[in-house]
Amino acid sequence: MQTLDQTVAEAPPTVPRRLPIALDGVSRWRAPLSILALLALPFLLPSQALAVNVLIYGLYAVGYNLLYGYTGLLSFGHAAFFGTGAYLTGIGIGAFGLHPLLAMALAVVAASGLALAIGTVSIRSRGIYFAMVTLALAQLVYYVALQASSWTGGENGLRGFTVSTIDLGIVSLDILNPLTKYLFVLAFVGAALGLISRILASPFGAVIEAIRENETRARACGFDVERTKLLAFVLSGLFCGLSGALSAIHLSIVPLDSLAYHTSGTAVVMTLVGGAGTFFGPFVGALTVLVLEDVLSLWTPHWQLALGSVFILFVLFLPRGLWGTALGRLTALRGRR
Amino acid sequence: MNPEFFDLELIAMQLFSGVALGAVFVMLALGLSIIFGMLGIVNFAHGHVFMVGAYAGVFVMERTGSFWAALLFGPLMVGALGLVIERFLIRPLAGRSPDDPLLLTFGLGYVLVEGVRILFGSDGLPFATPEELSGVADLGIGFFPIYRLFVVGVVALVLVALWYGLERTRLGLIVRAGARDPEILRVLGIDIQRLWMWVFGLGIALAALGGVLAAPMRSVNPEMGTVVLGEAFAVTVIGGMGSLMGSVVAGLLVGIVVSMTALFAPEMASIAMFAFMALVLLVRPQGLFGKPGLGV
Repeated sequence: MQTLDQTVAEAPPTVPRRLPIALDGVSRWRAPLSILALLALPFLLPSQALAVNVLIYGLYAVGYNLLYGYTGLLSFGHAAFFGTGAYLTGIGIGAFGLHPLLAMALAVVAASGLALAIGTVSIRSRGIYFAMVTLALAQLVYYVALQASSWTGGENGLRGFTVSTIDLGIVSLDILNPLTKYLFVLAFVGAALGLISRILASPFGAVIEAIRENETRARACGFDVERTKLLAFVLSGLFCGLSGALSAIHLSIVPLDSLAYHTSGTAVVMTLVGGAGTFFGPFVGALTVLVLEDVLSLWTPHWQLALGSVFILFVLFLPRGLWGTALGRLTALRGRR
Repeated sequence: MNPEFFDLELIAMQLFSGVALGAVFVMLALGLSIIFGMLGIVNFAHGHVFMVGAYAGVFVMERTGSFWAALLFGPLMVGALGLVIERFLIRPLAGRSPDDPLLLTFGLGYVLVEGVRILFGSDGLPFATPEELSGVADLGIGFFPIYRLFVVGVVALVLVALWYGLERTRLGLIVRAGARDPEILRVLGIDIQRLWMWVFGLGIALAALGGVLAAPMRSVNPEMGTVVLGEAFAVTVIGGMGSLMGSVVAGLLVGIVVSMTALFAPEMASIAMFAFMALVLLVRPQGLFGKPGLGV
């Protein structure tokens, strides 16, 4: 509810915050419907590997949106958290022989720690300055991984930690089975999405949105703006780190690219295409971008040209994204009734 | 030759090559700073424009066989492209959130990279140092590559020209006033839209000039833009956003830091610049010459 309400904020305040009758049901059954949609995903998409990617990048973009869409901080360095989650999961499994779940947990903690460090340095700058600082710091992490090649494999990426089964005590999951792998990733992504939804519905969620709308006013209301921003940054880094950890399990390799500028940009593209500041927008954006990439790359090696052009067109003509615009239309419809 | 003297000479040479490296950084940060200082836009395609500049240089050189033609017409061609970009992509965003031009230029970066791949292929191209500028010169304290001396000279010339244009001419006065208060300029009957277009074109042309100058020193490939973008941001952030003075000082400083690190710990060279930026930010979030308030 809360996120739908948020996009509705532009409607006149006299209108009761309710959706049209048919949509009332939709929003009440939001969680079960989302789970159903996600369960159906591998059967709707051309390949199950693509469906797993949608989950992973969907979570990545939703985690990113926590900072960009809800707190209003435009970061261009989230590859640092995605990549750290991925690399440390791989290193934990490959070099130390840790249980995959333990490796993932440690990687997520480390990604959050990195987010705390990068956040501390960058949070004092605002707006576009913040975007530049986060990008430059993410480049620092990239070069560190490039140089520490005995740990990370340098330019070749990290290999040699293939996960075929995950022992859960009672059952052993066969990760090589695409559907099992999908469900394994879905368990994490579903739990994370639920958690993010709860976070946004909490008072903390209200404060970060207040900061996005008017920082000075939020400060005047007595909120510790810097601490709140930093916490949002760390939470965002945590979820992006988790998506990175899942991608390591999924691919069984970690390319150096997972720390690169393009991966940071991916989060921005997906969030904007879907709709920043809406809960499902980034997920829809991830789905759209990945399917577009899948289809276009069959036709031409230069699909990034189309992707960049689509992105430019979105900035120019559809800044609220697919999901955000659709929600806006619904709101307008309801306003007329 | 005693070892101490040799060390001094080595350090002097490294210091100089840091200045030459820094000169290219200065070119990059200058363009970014001008566009930001005047139009309030962060050009996220700046590194990619640098890359396109290098390719434009290659293109002109292949047609004319002259490095000097490449140095002149490469940046002019890319600058003209900048005018078109401002007119049709940036201008429609006027009055929207400052994030929007940033996001748009980010998307533009993708388009530029793929455009170059389609026109020139994905592999890097060689760009030989022009014959008349190759070789080394003896400066008394050591031997320096002539080409690097030339780069420093060109950047110094550009700096003087920019300073003169901005501080000593009527047009410069108008541009500076426009950065401060566009409303008043409009009231005075100055076509500020057209002025912005030229300023944007100038910033783009400067990045492209940096690209042509750097081409013989770096490899020319479609991906170089991303690397350069990170460097340009680090320099601009260190210098302070929108400060031309900051761009110059930070560019040279970063060049020296990188090349000194390369002397003592080569594998740390690419990391040094960003670590240096993080340090500066911890002490001065607004950068060395930045004024608090400009996004800080």
